[in-house]
Parts: sequence; C-alpha cells; structure tokens
Amino acid sequence: MSDDTTTRVPAKTDDSVVKNPYSWPANEHQPPPRTTDLSERAAKRAARQVATMFLLSGVFVALFFVAFTYMSPTDTVEIPYLGEIGGQHVALGLTFGMAVFLIGAGTVHWAKKLMSNVEVVQPRHDFKSTPEDTQGALEVFEEGVEASTWKKHPVIRRTLLFAMALVPLPFIISLRDLWLTPPGVPNPDAMLQYTIWTKGQRLVRDITGEPVRAEEIPVGGLVNCNPEDLEAVEETEGNLNARAKAAIIVIRMEPDEIQSLQIPDGAWNGIIAFSKICTHVGCPISLYQQRTHELLCPCHQSTFDLSDSANVVFGPAGRHMPQLPITVDDEGYLIAQSDFLEPVGPSFWTITGEVGP
Amino acid sequence: MSKAEELGGGLATFVDERTGSNAWMRKNLNKVFPDHWSFMLGEVALYSFIVVLITGVYLSLFFRPDMTEVIYQGPYVPLKGVQMSDAFNSALEISFEVRGGLLMRQIHHWSALLFIGAVVVHMFRVFFTGAFRKPREMNWTIGVTLALMTIFAGFSGYSLPDDLVSGTGLRIAEGIMLSIPVVGTWASFLLFGGEFPGTDFISRLYGIHILLLPGIILALVTVHLILVWHQKHTQFAGPGRTNKNVVGYPLMPVYMAKAGGFFFLIFGVIVLISALVQINPIWTFGPYVPDQVGAGTQPDWYAGWMDGALRLFPPTEFRLFGYTWVMNIFIPALIIPGLVSISAYIYPWLEAKVKKDDREHHILDRPRDAPTRTGLGVMAITFYVVLAIAAGNDLIAIGFDLSINELIWWLRIATIVLPPIAFLVTRRICLSLQRRDREKLTHGRETGRILRLPHGEFIEVHAPLNADERAKIEAKVDVEALPEPAENDESGVRNPDFKKERRWSKLSGWFWRNNIEKPTDHEIEHGDEHIAEQVELEKPLREIEDKVVIGHDGSTLHHPGQPETNKEQYEQWVKDHPHPKSDPS
Ligand code: HEM
Ligand code: FES
Repeated sequence: MSDDTTTRVPAKTDDSVVKNPYSWPANEHQPPPRTTDLSERAAKRAARQVATMFLLSGVFVALFFVAFTYMSPTDTVEIPYLGEIGGQHVALGLTFGMAVFLIGAGTVHWAKKLMSNVEVVQPRHDFKSTPEDTQGALEVFEEGVEASTWKKHPVIRRTLLFAMALVPLPFIISLRDLWLTPPGVPNPDAMLQYTIWTKGQRLVRDITGEPVRAEEIPVGGLVNCNPEDLEAVEETEGNLNARAKAAIIVIRMEPDEIQSLQIPDGAWNGIIAFSKICTHVGCPISLYQQRTHELLCPCHQSTFDLSDSANVVFGPAGRHMPQLPITVDDEGYLIAQSDFLEPVGPSFWTITGEVGP
Repeated sequence: MSKAEELGGGLATFVDERTGSNAWMRKNLNKVFPDHWSFMLGEVALYSFIVVLITGVYLSLFFRPDMTEVIYQGPYVPLKGVQMSDAFNSALEISFEVRGGLLMRQIHHWSALLFIGAVVVHMFRVFFTGAFRKPREMNWTIGVTLALMTIFAGFSGYSLPDDLVSGTGLRIAEGIMLSIPVVGTWASFLLFGGEFPGTDFISRLYGIHILLLPGIILALVTVHLILVWHQKHTQFAGPGRTNKNVVGYPLMPVYMAKAGGFFFLIFGVIVLISALVQINPIWTFGPYVPDQVGAGTQPDWYAGWMDGALRLFPPTEFRLFGYTWVMNIFIPALIIPGLVSISAYIYPWLEAKVKKDDREHHILDRPRDAPTRTGLGVMAITFYVVLAIAAGNDLIAIGFDLSINELIWWLRIATIVLPPIAFLVTRRICLSLQRRDREKLTHGRETGRILRLPHGEFIEVHAPLNADERAKIEAKVDVEALPEPAENDESGVRNPDFKKERRWSKLSGWFWRNNIEKPTDHEIEHGDEHIAEQVELEKPLREIEDKVVIGHDGSTLHHPGQPETNKEQYEQWVKDHPHPKSDPS
C-alpha cells in the first residue's frame, strides 16, 4: 500500500467520481504496472499484434471458402496418432477454428495488454427491503385482497380452486393416446407376455435367414436365430418390435452335461434354445463360454449357467433366461414346439414365472 | 463525431425515448465483476451452450428424425445395401455427403460434452466455495435443475442418430422404465408408442431434444444470469475486499472484452478439437438392430455412473403380494440418482439450518474453512468416481486380467467404504490446513533462515505475511453451532419442540465441530510484535548480506552491467518478474 500504487490510478477516475456517481473509486491495492503502461513502444507493438490476429482471422475465412469449394467430402488424409480422417473435414475445421480462435485471442490480448487494468470498488447493499417497503407491500396486498372480495365469498375461492385443479386434466388425459392400443389388447403387460414364436415354426439364422438342421450345430457351438416368420411380420408391422422379443440363441452340449432344464422335453439331443434378450434390462446376449456353459451379458455382466436352467450365477439380473421349447420336423430342421412359456426380456410389475437367481 | 458514433447515438436515443434505456445503461455499463479463474467455469458452460445452439440449428436443417426403414445407397461403402432407419441414413448423409456436415456434428457433440462437464465443475466450484449461501440459494436451485436438464439434453441428443450404441442405451432406458412399480409398463408404452422400439420414439425424442429441453435450459439460464447480475458476483477475500463491496473490473470495457474474447477462444478450441479428434463415429457402430449389440461400448461420461450402479447392484428382484418388485434396477437406476438430486437441491437449506446466523455472504469460503462441507463434496465425487469406474469394469477386467466377479465384489465394497473414508480424510486435511493458517497469522511465515543470537540461542526468523495472504486467512468466519436447547423454559414450562431442537443442535455440533478458532485480535497483534522483533534482530545481518557481491544465481562473478550487490540484484529480479498481485511495499 505504498504511494506508487495509488499514483497509478488515472486522474480521470477521480474527476469522474464527481461527475458520474456510478464510476467507482479504484481499489487501494492495484496490480503492478505492465510494460505496455510504461512504454509507448510496447503498447504500439501490442496493438500491432492484436491487429495481426484480427487480420489473420479474415485470411482463414478465405481459406475456409477455398477448402469448401475445391475439396470433396471423400478426400482423406493420414494424420499421425489420429489415423485416417476426412481431408475436407480437417481443412474446414482448422480454417474455421482458427478464424474463430484468433478473434478471441486478439480480444483477450487487447484487454490484457492495453485496456485499463485498474481494479475498482463498487459498494454492495443488503437485499432486504426496508421495513416501510415491506409494510407498504403488505398493505397494498391486503387492500387488494379486500377489494377482490376473496375473503368475503369463500364459495368463490373454493370453486375456483376446484376448477383450477381439474382444468389440466383434459391435456393429461389426451396423452393417453401416445400409445394407440391395438384392438383386443387390454394393457401393455398383455403384449409383453408373448412373442411371435408359434408351434412348428422353423428356427432360421439371424443374418442369412436359412433354416437350421440339428446336425449343423456342433457340440459347444452357438447359433443366433430368429423365427422363420420374422421377416414377413416386420414387413406387415413396419417395425422391429417382433425381433426385439423373439431373438434366440441355440446351443448344443453333450446331453450328460445338462444338469437341469426349465422345460425338460423342450430340448432336442442336447440342443437347447434360450431367449437372447437379457432379463436384466434387455441387452441382446451372445457371449458364450462353452467350457463353463456360461452366457455373459456384455452390458452389465449378468452371467447365466445354460447347463443349469440358465439360472443367474452372477451379476445384477434377477431372472433366468427363458427357454424356448424346440424339436425337429420331418425334414430334420429345428422348429419351435410353442411360444416361450414366460415373458422374455426385462422384468416388470406383473411379470410371472420364476423369480430370483 | 464520426459517422458510426452518430448512428449509434441516434439508435440509443431512439430506444431510450421509448424505454428509458439510457438510465439503465448508465447504471449497468460499469457494473463491477471480480476476477478469479474459477469464475470462468460458468462462462465456459454458457459459451459452449451457445455453440451447441448454433450447431444444433444447422444439424436440424439436415437431420430427419424418421424411423422408417430404408436401404442405404450412399457413398460409405461398408454399409451399402444395409437396412437402416432414415434417421441413421440422414446422419450418414450429414457425415459423408454434406460439406462441413461432419464438422458440425463433431462440434455439436464436443461442445455438448464440454457444456455438461463445465456445468458440473461449475457446480462444484459453487459448492466448495459456499457461493450457494444466502442470498444465492435460489440460484443454486435453478442451477441444480439446469444440471439435470443438461444431462437429459445430452442423453436425448446422443440417442437421435439411431445407431447401434445409442439404441442399446435406449433399450436399457426402456428396461429401467419397466422396472418402475405399478406404472412401469404404461410409462414405457406411452413413451415408445407401444412396444420397444416402435417407430415413434426418435421423432418424439427429437421434439424433446430440439425444442423442449433447449427452451427450458435457455429460460433457466436467463433467470440464472439475471440473478447473478442483480445479486452481484461473490469474491474471494483480498486487500480492500469486504462483504459490502465488489472489487474487480468494470463491465465496459474490460469485462466485456475478456468475456467476449473468451467466448471466441472456447468456440475456436472446440472447433479445432472437432477437426482433429473423432467422436461418436456412428458409421463404425452401424444401425440399431434390437438383436445385436456391440461389446465394450461405453455411454457418454455423464451417464456412466448410473450404468456403474446398475452393474454393481446385487440381484434383488422378488415377488410380493403377487407382483414383481424389480429392485435390482429400480433402486440403482432411479432411486439413487433421485436421492442424489434431492440432496443437491436441499443442501443450502440444510447448511443454513445448522448454524446460528442469518447473514448474507458475499465473500467466498476457502474450502478448508468449511471442513464438513468440503468433506461431503469430496465424498460425493468419490462416490461418482467409483461408480464411473464400475461402468468400465469389463474393460478393466480384460485390461488387467482380473476375474470380473472378484472385481465387482471389490467395487461393491468400495462404493460403500471409500466415500466415508474420503470424507474423513478430507475433513482432517482441511483442519490441518486451518491450523497452519492460524499459525501463520500469529507467528508469520517461516523463512527457513536460522539466526544465532549473541547468547547462543538459535531462532528461525519469521517474516510478516503479505497483504493478500493475510486478508485471505483473516476472512475466515467462525460459525457458531446451534446452542443446546433447554428442556424447560425459565418458568418451568416444557419446550414442546425440545426433542426436535436437540436433534438439530446435535447435527449442527457435528457439522461445525473441530473448528480451529481464528486467533483474537490481541493474539495477532502480539504475533506481529514478535515478528517485528525477529526482523529487527536479523537486520544487521541482512545489511551485511545485502552488500556482499555474489551473483544472485550463485555465481561468484557478475557480468558487466549487472547490479553489484545482492540487494540490487534481487530488486532487479523482482522488477523483471512482476507478480500480478505482488505487494510492492
Ligand atoms: C446451464 C448451465 C449453467 C450456466 C450456463 C451457468 C452460468 C453461470 C455463470 C456465467 C455464472 C457467473 C460466473 C461464475 O460464477 O461462474 C454463474 C454463477 C452461479 N451459478 Fe451457474 N450456470 C449453470 C449451472 C449452474 C449449476 C448446475 C449450479 C449449481 C447447482 C449453478 C449455481 C450458480 C451460482 C450459485 C452462481 C453464483 C455464484 C457466485 O456469485 O459466486 N449454476 N452461473
Ligand atoms: S442387460 Fe444384461 S446384464 Fe444388464
């Protein structure tokens, strides 16, 4: 707090304190002078630097235009550590980025080097109103209440509150048709009970759509399948809903490796089919370890022992993976005996079937 | 007067004659803003939000939120002929056919990430410095709502392109909705327009993402900033700064230039990052198909901790009264985040309730000066970090060759044990820092110089604190805990709220306990005298030393033109290395 700090306060501030009640006095404690405060040459140099940055920003806009016009989105460039990226993308980004950045850099440089850096002091006041104002507000309010007859006619008060409570209902009720319920469906839970699997429907591979013969699945192997009808159903329904429930995995183990089954006569010669949709929150699973017969969900690592009724052996899932009863038809293709016997996918309030790990 | 000035003046007069705006300008153009790096965090949030808005408008001109299935015919060869939703198709079009489209997508995603990150860090700066205290509790509440809205906005935008990764995220969100007791299936069916995934969801999400959430955020940000403006920004303690003033730079021109320039800097950096660092390359994920999943994919960082909680929560699904209670999902995915949000909302009121005074606070706390609060904050961060780590447990297990089962058990234990440990350790550290501050105030700064007095005693010389440090330490407020209530009042009538008051008083005692009380004025004065004495004792020695000719850098020779004595060299050095806040006295 020696004298040289206070002498740095420009005389202007003192004058304007008198002229303008909203200009604040300088703080007694000021940062030391900058080179640009002390030397006119340094100040000129800083001004040149700022101007150069603004100018360069314009140059980069021109370069952006060139890259936009003369390059193509399919150009690629190889950048060390970052790999191959779109050449035009990089050129547009660098030119636009620099154009924007330089305006910022120039402005901040200007503020730091050239603008006044005198810290000033503005007073603060408590926010609380004066007692007179509070009293006044109260009086105005009470007079208003009085004038409205709000207190005199309680029946108006009550009926208004009643009406106001009800009036949002039409809007809220209208939201009901966010789901246009198909005819014959009583509630959402009913739809979650079944999938499109039906008796006799062939299992087809999920990518190629070819039906699967029992002998095509080796012991220890896993095949991802869908119902044969899936494509036709998706065609008519125009959505992927059927697939989100019907997807299954089919595995084969030596019959004596099977410890237990949810549906004892739902397997065929060691071939068992399970839902592919995790009973935790619904990720499709296909990480299968044939040695331990464990199925591992990639989302939250629920682990199911497929040789033991697909029960949960570890992780957060609460239910086993439902089994799809299968057999083979006359031509040796795998077919479903029926739909799943319990809902597939994440658990919900009215879900039935086995619960607990 | 130049032409431009005339024009500007004319416009100002026009508006003023119709609104009285000049009086407002006079009052506000030199509004003072204090300077501190941590006050820029809110600005970072604001500026990245503006970038999000600008790029979002651009993307909305090209993106088609339509789940109709189409066959890809565009230039990206690996996906040619693949069936996908038109939403995904149009996102590919923006990435590969529209010039600069990929850049805009990347800027939008990067600025959204920066936005949410800045909001959260800003929130913690407000928390740790106690900026939420009276009179700013309302703004804290608005802030918590903003934080939640930004997270929803991030998640809804992430899901729009309908790629395999975000689709899996939506599937998880749907599974979570199903777990809600009683109404879960209805909630899910109404949102998705039927079963998952349906064909309505992307277009519904689109409206939410581009209209509803930005509208709410914009409105709340406006109120937030009006309140900051009206209440004036808080400041850290320093020479000349009190609870009754604001010390800093006036809006016009310094703050305007710095803030405006800072916007362009942030914008520029985001664009440069977007040019060089790839984010969310949806074409490598492919379109969403409900029976496919990409292993090892991660959600954006702000959703990670909830995913971690889902991974760690033990299977606790059970049947009761004929219904299924899916607690293994409902608790980690909805109850825990709900409790975290509620704690954030009520914290300022809780803290106000456990202390006696009712003052306005405009000088910020240093985190060490509120050890329990700081401990709670670090505890929350630890909780978040453990769960975020848990969200990558599969990658960690593979990377470090651990058994995933064991890892999950360790993480379960860590989630429960580490946060309280973090709390205790932090509080301890804060208290020792306070103790050291107290020491400095009464004994000065240790210089490391040992002095042998004529009678043989050794003392370490202490130097007076500089004004900055002194002001900071002295600004600490000793908060009084609530007093122990009396069971009966003077006339022997039993206090009906006795039990309640005693509970609050206990909580208050716990919150403020172990406070290291600030030294009294007398103690400080006494310390000052003591320091002055030591300095006096050392003076003759300093004088000799100052005359010695040894290079300040340790060399025995000095260069021609270099000042000769230690003292002169030191002074020269100080002049060459000005410290922005150095005390010239
Ligand atoms: C959309 C998100 C947000 C934006 C754009 C935003 C913007 C800002 C800005 C520019 C400031 C003044 C500079 C500063 O102190 O950093 C500020 C102050 C403040 N913000 Fe935020 N903020 C956001 C979210 C939040 C959140 C999540 C909280 C807390 C829960 C919060 C609480 C506060 C408080 C209490 C102040 C006053 C601080 C003081 O005067 O020291 N804000 N905000
Ligand atoms: S979805 Fe399978 S473990 Fe969570």
